[in-house]
Amino acid sequence: MLSSWPILSIVTFLPLLGVLFILLASGKNKSSEHNCKMLAIWVSSFTFVVSLLLYLGFDNSIVGYQFEEQFEWISGSGISYHLGVDGISMPFILLSTFLTPLSILASWYSIKQRIREFMIAFLVLETMMVGMFASLDMMMFYLFFEGVLIPMFLIIGIWGGPRRVYAAFKFFLFTLAGSVLMLVCIMFMYLKAGTTDIPILSKFNLLPEYQFWLFIGFFASFAVKVPMWPVHTWLPDAHVEAPTAGSMILAGVLLKMGGYGFIRFSLPMFPDASVYFAPFIFTLSVIAIIYTSFVALAQTDMKKLIAYSSVAHMGFVTIGIFTLNQQGITGAMFQMISHGLISAALFFCVGIVYDRLHTREIDAYGGVADIMPNYAVFFMIMMLASVGLPGTSGFVGEILVLVGAYKSSSSLAFFAATGLVLGATYMLWLYRRVVFGRAEKSEIMRMPVLNNREIGILLPLTIFVIWFGIFPAPLLDVLNPVVALLSETVSNAQIATASLE
Amino acid sequence: MILYQAIIFLPLIGAAFAGVLSLRQQHVPAEIISVVCICLSFLLSCFAFYDIAITHNQLTITIARWIDSANFVANWSLRFDTLTAVMLIVVTSVSSCVHIYSIGYMHNDNARARFMAYLSLFTFAMLMLVTADNLLQLFFGWEGVGVASYLLIGFWYHKPSAHKAAMKAFVVNRVGDFGFALGIFVIFYLFGSIQFDDIFSDAFMYKGTKILFLGVEMPALEVAAILLFIGAMGKSAQLGLHTWLPDAMEGPTPVSALIHAATMVTAGVFLVCRMSPLIEYAPIALDIITVVGALTAIFAATIGMTQFDIKRVIAYSTCSQLGYMFFAAGVSAYPAAMFHLTTHAFFKALLFLGAGSVIHALSDEQDLRLMGGLWKKIPLTYSLMWIGSLALAGFPFFSGYYSKDMILEAAWASQSYIGQMAFWLGCVAALLTAFYSWRLLIMAFHGKPRCSTEVFEHVHESPPIMILPLIPLAIGAIFAGWFGYQLFVGYDMVYFWGDALFILPEHRAMEDAHHVPDWVKRLPVWLAASGVGVAVIAYAVLPAIPAMMISFLRPLHKLFYNKWFFDELYDILFVRSFVNFGKILWVRGDQGTIDAFGPDGMSELVLRGSDKLSKLQSGYVYHYAFAMIIGVVTLLSWYFSGFMG
Repeated sequence: MLSSWPILSIVTFLPLLGVLFILLASGKNKSSEHNCKMLAIWVSSFTFVVSLLLYLGFDNSIVGYQFEEQFEWISGSGISYHLGVDGISMPFILLSTFLTPLSILASWYSIKQRIREFMIAFLVLETMMVGMFASLDMMMFYLFFEGVLIPMFLIIGIWGGPRRVYAAFKFFLFTLAGSVLMLVCIMFMYLKAGTTDIPILSKFNLLPEYQFWLFIGFFASFAVKVPMWPVHTWLPDAHVEAPTAGSMILAGVLLKMGGYGFIRFSLPMFPDASVYFAPFIFTLSVIAIIYTSFVALAQTDMKKLIAYSSVAHMGFVTIGIFTLNQQGITGAMFQMISHGLISAALFFCVGIVYDRLHTREIDAYGGVADIMPNYAVFFMIMMLASVGLPGTSGFVGEILVLVGAYKSSSSLAFFAATGLVLGATYMLWLYRRVVFGRAEKSEIMRMPVLNNREIGILLPLTIFVIWFGIFPAPLLDVLNPVVALLSETVSNAQIATASLE
Repeated sequence: MILYQAIIFLPLIGAAFAGVLSLRQQHVPAEIISVVCICLSFLLSCFAFYDIAITHNQLTITIARWIDSANFVANWSLRFDTLTAVMLIVVTSVSSCVHIYSIGYMHNDNARARFMAYLSLFTFAMLMLVTADNLLQLFFGWEGVGVASYLLIGFWYHKPSAHKAAMKAFVVNRVGDFGFALGIFVIFYLFGSIQFDDIFSDAFMYKGTKILFLGVEMPALEVAAILLFIGAMGKSAQLGLHTWLPDAMEGPTPVSALIHAATMVTAGVFLVCRMSPLIEYAPIALDIITVVGALTAIFAATIGMTQFDIKRVIAYSTCSQLGYMFFAAGVSAYPAAMFHLTTHAFFKALLFLGAGSVIHALSDEQDLRLMGGLWKKIPLTYSLMWIGSLALAGFPFFSGYYSKDMILEAAWASQSYIGQMAFWLGCVAALLTAFYSWRLLIMAFHGKPRCSTEVFEHVHESPPIMILPLIPLAIGAIFAGWFGYQLFVGYDMVYFWGDALFILPEHRAMEDAHHVPDWVKRLPVWLAASGVGVAVIAYAVLPAIPAMMISFLRPLHKLFYNKWFFDELYDILFVRSFVNFGKILWVRGDQGTIDAFGPDGMSELVLRGSDKLSKLQSGYVYHYAFAMIIGVVTLLSWYFSGFMG
């Protein structure tokens, strides 16, 4: 009954429908701006509710794609409008639809100009994100994948901070290089296989020498998005300049595009190349974890610090994916979802005090716990979740990745696990400098306590972070079957490669 | 069954209520609820102790699923065996006393509901730790108590020294946890399971197994045991990872008593005992544990002799006593380690709470140099401190006498060189222990008052709510040794511990300890007595001696007084250099290399050609969209050209 509805298309394009309504609500006065905000929040919330149907209707026992929709796009071309979800993409769609209304709510008062355009950009962004995760056709995927970046550019470039031009330009340069290569690869695969259908391509055995080059092409694009060291330097700048809501979505969802790409394309389509390149990726990831942790230690800007910590956490993700075993990949998936929630909350925590004091300099703060006790509690929980405390979602992902990593190599696990110590150092130090101490500056004494809107954003995030930390089964049950199949596929390739040698 | 679960979850309920009430500033209900919860938990623990340890109804209760991914499975489940039962009694009894004591100690604090919430939260985490039936849940409790400790050390977060100490405690513990986590991975890699039952039953099969660890081939069980021990070193403040414990005294005194003396810091000893079925097959690891324990015992005692902060003296004493427990475990005398853990919990909590009472009486003064002459004014506290000190120094028939002597005898009986070394170091440490204990007693209670007259006039005995909880602790400090001797280390030992502790038949330290020469049994007592004598002479009879000794042994005193310069060394090695290293990577690496050759270099080229920033700003998005469209068009045209051709 449920399956007779094109739920995926509805979830994907509902936000666009909202855009249409916002466009109709023309006018420049205050009330129409308010209407825009209300429309945006209602549409995105409704989208979330509809997307819950995906979870409720999802059958964990089916390993393949569900809620599939397929229409010929260009007849006989092998390119089609093909949507569907499996255990890997479904959690990401929910993450996107969950974070979007929260982000819109987060920018309720902090965005003061061009509110209508901002809401439109956000809803378009949501469509692009959901569409990307739901696409089962490479061409569609490519369109959404690159399309996501346009509203994000605008959000940074128009509503960003003083150096927004530089930040957006940097973002652009990094991404463009990767995208072109990926497009070439898609074209090549299309030529070889005669289709851009992802399920078909996943089973299409490409020659190892093709895999090698295709892997590099896709890697160029995904590595920038993750971002992996050394192509991570766009991220701190983008975060610093982006408005709070932009940072929330950027860290929450957009950083997961790379990891998703690796799992969706690189692993099943280029298994031999994945095995071949794994040590290389491990090296980059370990450098990312250690290097960016140190850099985070030296930061004086709260947002930059959390941005660098994101790079370190994404290092765990890329390690997990390329361990190619079940714990590693499951851990990477879990880490991505968990980091989506935690980093969104952390960036919002920065946004809360930024709205009050208009600075992100760590030294400008101190003693916030006295003035905003509730804030201190939420920030504390998220800080601890970020350092992977057991009982929070951060732990489950990290421990699974490390268990998987140890299976690959003890040295890998050893160096990656240093992130446990380093991560604790910079996060606790940040918290200490911002929240602890005695509030002495009069600006800080005047900071108002959390309002209901802010609590309304932090509370659901906190609930999920703790819930997934204590009872991660709902997510693990979704992930386990599909990851088991995936790791089996890749390990077969591993065995084949080994026997060749 | 539900009663057993209640032992663990009542403190959590108390913590939740107190936490919510603290946000509403309702202190009294928070105190009542948390105290009632913890006391109920204690009563149930007594019942559980009888049921599990005496009548041997061991059981495991599975509560819910936690993490599972292929064969990596960890459930939330509670394991009740004798080892757990002992820890349940220790944790809940001391925690109950400390909860009640805190009502009095914190009554002026306007965040005391939050304090009670943290205390209860700690108790919950500690109980999760001791009832874990797999390594991951143990790790949950392990890090949970770490966080509770972090929150409580930094409870007075206004004080820079407090939040600095809190962070230090967490980070140093994380270094240990790094080892612990790697240990878990090694064990999972080896056994394919992290369930205790699987590990314990299979451990013997991996006796000769070697694994590649960091590129070197090593005996698998040794690696696993040493890594776990690194975790234990962090939590139990053993030499090298001990620096956080003295600083942790920044927390309110009840915290020091509960967490940094009686329970959390003993988690490392518990871990080693819990993993005895595995560690028994790792002789090198056992030797390392012995050496580290013995060195810590003597090292911390040397520092304890020279400190002037009353709480720090006791903190170093704790560090030293934990060293005893470890070298007991290292010579396979796990029962003796657990015995000392239990007696130590009572007398050390007593000492800390007594010290808290002194500090409370002196309007928050902690410096021994500013005390003196208090014994007439606070006789109850004074006599309780005496009981604690007698037990700590191991005077006959006090609890420490039974447990510490048992450890020293076992070390002597182990017949190995390392055991002998531990015995002698332990004996010297026993002398020092008695010395610093009586130094503390004399400096605090005897002689002329050295505080301001104003403060001295104000000195008063603590209210009953702070004295009453000390009574059961004092009873424990006196009788726990006598009461527990037969069960823990005497004739009933084998029956009492059942299979909760495992000792290889060839490791005979525990049995042979009962048949050591008489001088071995008497030596510690004589040493303790002479330690007291020296302290009395030096601090009461001839007060000029300490100053003389200090000037005579200046370099040595400087070394001890400055805590062997560990903090300074770590500060140079890690703290400062890490931040500087981070700055270098950021400025030279990110900005100087990656960006300079990447986007900045390119953007400079582009910017040179364009004057108008605004044009660029609106332009590049379209450029980007344009590039994308071109891509799609190219693809389509490729397709069509193929179609036509």
